[in-house]
Amino acid sequence: MTPLAKLLEAALFASATPVPVDSLEAIAKHAEDGETTLEAALEELRLHYDIDGHGVELVEVAGGWQILTRPEYTEAIERAQLAARPQRLSTAALETLAIIAYRQPIGRSEIEEIRGVGAGAILKSLHERGLIDITGRGEGLGRPLLYGTTPNFLEQFALRHLEELPRADELAIALRAPRQGTPPGGVPANKDNGEAPPRAD
Amino acid sequence: MDDVTTMSSPSSGIAESATSEVFVVELAEYSGPLDLLLTLIRDEQIDIYDIPIARIAEQFLARISSLKLDEAADYLEMAARLVRIKAQTLLPRREGEDVWDDPRAELVRRLLEYQQVREVVDVLERRSEERRGKFARAYSQQTVQIPLPGKLSLSLPELLSAVDRVLRLAKKPHIHDVVPRALDVDGAIGIVRALLAIRARAQWKDILPKKAEPWEVLSLLLALLELAKRGELRLEQPHAFAAFEITRDPSSEAA
Repeated sequence: MTPLAKLLEAALFASATPVPVDSLEAIAKHAEDGETTLEAALEELRLHYDIDGHGVELVEVAGGWQILTRPEYTEAIERAQLAARPQRLSTAALETLAIIAYRQPIGRSEIEEIRGVGAGAILKSLHERGLIDITGRGEGLGRPLLYGTTPNFLEQFALRHLEELPRADELAIALRAPRQGTPPGGVPANKDNGEAPPRAD
Repeated sequence: MDDVTTMSSPSSGIAESATSEVFVVELAEYSGPLDLLLTLIRDEQIDIYDIPIARIAEQFLARISSLKLDEAADYLEMAARLVRIKAQTLLPRREGEDVWDDPRAELVRRLLEYQQVREVVDVLERRSEERRGKFARAYSQQTVQIPLPGKLSLSLPELLSAVDRVLRLAKKPHIHDVVPRALDVDGAIGIVRALLAIRARAQWKDILPKKAEPWEVLSLLLALLELAKRGELRLEQPHAFAAFEITRDPSSEAA
């Protein structure tokens, strides 16, 4: 392996979370390995793991890179109680996350209007899990809290960035007619109607 | 029960959250009234753009009553909405009226929107399942080794002396005793009145006994303020930090 690839391997090994591309670039700059670019070194490391047969792999996620164990060893690791798979989220929680991912920043009442159920308890537990965060306050009555997804959300859902989610018009059922007016008892509609592709924070 | 993790118990029926302040009713089968409605529509193979409202409303009501869900306001709200739409569709339409606002339109829009959410949920579910099968490096995940307690061998005197040591440590150190001493405002009022009976004006230092205790100083101060309030005397301070002058109030003198 080139010196840079080895250095990156060490840096990625030392971090428990995905290392952002910015940090990797900074590391590469100080490495004084003028011959290899960051992209080439990362590709080299990825192939090294893939071809030589390793128990770990290099993945691109949440705007950075991370070394993860291969799926075939998950059971053995879990049986040995070295690590535990995170709890699965309920459908209700996933629905809430999906709405937030596409419409962020979004307030609680709008989420409730789309799902037709109260969202308070779910928002609280998603927040505790670090999947969503409060990103600001809305203009409406009472200046409601607005929620958005976190980098941890991308990491937990193996997404490189939000744009990796299917665009609204790529879904089997795209909204055909733009929504008219304000539904009874609901909040004023968000300006972008969920038809815009999701945006990064 | 954590409502986010109810997936683990699909047979539990209604999951009630007793811990949080919100009463959460969540069916393991349905994540909400829209989900139930979509399921009915799918089961009956109905065109979503032409929902036979009467039939669907009936089935919706039957389903939520058979599920003993009638406490859940969210489901009831949807039931009420369906019944209202049903009533609206039954209203006679004026003849020759081309433009007719389909009362079902809003419901269809919401159903489609919800359907879209469910599609994204499928994507998220797939991806999270993929990610759950891999582990990242973890910091400080070491399990704490609690040492197994060995057999205790203690004699009674040893035990008693240990108890004694603990009790001695637990005793609070003596720092200071606070003796409650009531202020004697009435007494001080008497002193001030007596003085003002002799002199028309006086100063603070004239009233205050030498080596006054704090409680005497406070009693005098309160007495002066009290008398000033009653209008028996006046307190004046010519300039900042100057000794203030106590004068008999001319009006009370006249009286």
